[in-house]
Amino acid sequence: MIAVTRITAKSSTRNLRQKLQLNNYFSSKVPDEPTWVPIDKEKLPKVPELDEATVNHLERLSLVKFNNQAGVERLYKAIEYANQLHMVDTEGVEPLDSVLENRSVYLREDKVTDGNCLKDILQNASLVVEDYFVAPPGNIPLKPVDKKSSK
Amino acid sequence: MVYSNRISLRRLCRLSFLVSRHNRHYSNLSYNPREQEWRSVVGLEIHAQIQSESKLFSGASTKYAGSTNTQVSIFDAAIPGTLPVLNRHIVEAGIRTAAALGCKLSQMSKFDRKHYFYADLPAGYQITQQRHPLARNGKVKYLVYNTDNWNKYSWKTASIIQLQLEQDSGKSLHDADQNRSLIDLNRAGVGLMEIVTAPDFTDGEEASSFVRELVLMLRRLETCSGRMEEGALRVDANISVHRPGEPLGVRTEVKNLNSVKSVGRAIDYEIKRQIGELESGREIVNETRSFDAQSGQTIAMRDKEKLQDYRFMPEPNLLPVFLYDSKSVPMGVDPANVIITDHLLQGLPSSPSKSYERIHDDHKISIRNCVILVNEDGLLKIFDEIVERRDAKALINFLIADFLGVAHARDINLLQCPVPFRHIAEVFDMKTNRYISNDNVTQVLELMFDFPNKTPGEIVKEKELENIQDLEVLQAECEKTLLKHPNVVQRWKVGQQKEKKGRQDPMLKLVNTTMTALNNRANPLVLISIFEKLLSKK
Repeated sequence: MIAVTRITAKSSTRNLRQKLQLNNYFSSKVPDEPTWVPIDKEKLPKVPELDEATVNHLERLSLVKFNNQAGVERLYKAIEYANQLHMVDTEGVEPLDSVLENRSVYLREDKVTDGNCLKDILQNASLVVEDYFVAPPGNIPLKPVDKKSSK
Repeated sequence: MVYSNRISLRRLCRLSFLVSRHNRHYSNLSYNPREQEWRSVVGLEIHAQIQSESKLFSGASTKYAGSTNTQVSIFDAAIPGTLPVLNRHIVEAGIRTAAALGCKLSQMSKFDRKHYFYADLPAGYQITQQRHPLARNGKVKYLVYNTDNWNKYSWKTASIIQLQLEQDSGKSLHDADQNRSLIDLNRAGVGLMEIVTAPDFTDGEEASSFVRELVLMLRRLETCSGRMEEGALRVDANISVHRPGEPLGVRTEVKNLNSVKSVGRAIDYEIKRQIGELESGREIVNETRSFDAQSGQTIAMRDKEKLQDYRFMPEPNLLPVFLYDSKSVPMGVDPANVIITDHLLQGLPSSPSKSYERIHDDHKISIRNCVILVNEDGLLKIFDEIVERRDAKALINFLIADFLGVAHARDINLLQCPVPFRHIAEVFDMKTNRYISNDNVTQVLELMFDFPNKTPGEIVKEKELENIQDLEVLQAECEKTLLKHPNVVQRWKVGQQKEKKGRQDPMLKLVNTTMTALNNRANPLVLISIFEKLLSKK
C-alpha cells in the first residue's frame, strides 16, 4: 500500500496502472480473479455417528449445551460444514500461526517488578481463607481417609 | 527450627542416599525368576524450576516460601487483558541446559497453550512448547549404581526427546475434612523446563541414577537448585510391562515424585504391581497414580476427566523465539528481541559422569568415593587443586573422612570455601608425614577454619599439637604408663592367645593410655616399637 500511495503522488495514471500490474506480479500468491470450485459432497468424509458419551464430552469442552435432538442435528450440520476444509490441498504447507511469525519476541530482563498486590488479586474471589483462594476439592489420591485418626 | 539447622538438614537430604542401608527394594526385582519373564519400560518427564528472580512471563518474584498469594501479578492470576512478556534469563538458562544435555537447539521455537480445568491454573491453560520446543534429541551418559552394593555399577545412556519451557502451576492444599482445596498462586507462572526422556529405562535403579546425574548437572549449571524436597524438581514416570517379543503394554503415569529415592521405589513398586495384575488376569488401565512414600505404594488418583483433551493451540500472544550465533544475526534485528547463543555456550561445566570417569580412570579411586567426591558441592574442585604430587587415594580418604566431617559440622558451603586450598593440603601433608597424629587431625582442621589467616603449620606450632619427636621424652612417658598399669603388662606377658574375647588388646590399651597422656602428640607406631622394646627387657 505504501508503494501505491507514493506512485500516485508522482506519476501519471498510465504509469500507475503499469506499476500496479507489476505489484500484482510480485504478490503472485493472490489470484487476480476469484475462483469457485463446487464441492462434491460425496467426496467428503462421512460425519461419524455421535454417541451420548461423545456429545457429553463435546458439551464439556465447549461449555455449550446442545439441549435436544435439534441441537444435536445442528452439531452434525456443523461437522459436515467444517468437513469441506478437507477439500483444500495443504500438502507440504506449514501451518501459519501468525502473520508476524518472522518477527521475534521481545525479551525482558529478569527483574522483580510486579506482585505484592494481594488485595487486587483476591478481589474476584468469592471465598477466601487466610489469603488462599478456596476451590472445590481437586485431583487427590483415592486413599481412604480415616476420619477417626484425623480428628 | 534454626535456619542453619535447615541448611545442614538439606545437605543431609541430598547426601542421604549415599549412606542409606534401607532401600531393600532394589534387591528383589532381578532375582525373582517369575519376573524375568517380563520386560519393563520406563520413560521420565522431569519438571525443573529454572533459577530466576522473576517468573517466566511476569515480573513477580519466584522466591521460595513467600507468604500466600503475595508473589502474584495480575497476569499470573489470569486477569483478562494482561499479556505475557518473556523473561530472557529463563530462555538462556534453558539453552545452556539443553546444550549441556547434548540437545540440538531449535533455531526457532514457539509457544502453545495446553488447556485443562484445574483450580491452580487460573487461565485454564498452561503456556508451554509442544510443537516447536527449545531443543530436541539429547543424549545423557549416566552412572547406574546401587548404594547397597558399590561393586555393581554400569554406564548407560539415555536419550532426551525434547526440552521445553513452560509455566508452573499454583499450589493446592487439600483440605479433606472441609471438602475443599486452598489455592496459593505464588508458584503459578514460575519458569519450568520440562525434560522428556525416551523410554530408555528398565527399572527404578536406572531411572533414579539418571535423575541423580541430571540433578547434579543442573546444579553445576546453576540453572536449577535441584532441591527436590522444595519441589524445585519433580519427576513423572511412565511405566509399562510386557512379555518379551510382544508389543509394549498399557502404561500408567506416576506423578510428582519428589525425591531420588521415591523415583526408584515408586517405579519398582509399579512394575511389580502391573505384573501382579496381569498375572492375575486383570488389565492395566491407562491412569494417573501418585506415590505414597510412607507405605511405598502407588495409588490411583481421582481423575474426573478421563478423556483428557488438552486442545493444544498456538499461543497467539507470543511471537517465536529466534536463536542466532553472532555471525548469523540478520541485519537490523533489535538485540533486545533475539538471543545470541555463542557466549551462552561457552564455559559449560563438564557432566558429572565425565567427572566420575576422569577421577576413576586417572586415580583408580573406588566408584563410591568418586560419587561422594562429585556429589558434594565444591569438594571435587578442592581435590583437583591439591591432588598433584600427592597420593590420590589417601587424599580422598582424608577429604571424605576427616575434612568433610568438620566442614559439615560447621555447615560450611565448600563452593565458597573460607580457607585457602593450600591450607587443606598442608593438613593432609602433616597427617601423611606423621607430623601430627590422626587423633589431632580433626582439631587442627577445626582450628584451620577458626583462623583462616594462619597457616596450619603456624596453628600447630602455636597450640603445640605436633608429634613429639624426642624419643627420650616418649620413652619416659611409656615407662610411666607401664608403672601405672602393671596388670596390663601382666596380661601382655600371658600372651594374646589366652585372652578372653572382647577384652582390649593390652598393647592397644597401653598405647591409648600413653597417647591420651601425651595429648595425642605421638605416632602410635613409634610408641608400639618403644613398648615392645621396653617389655622385652622385662
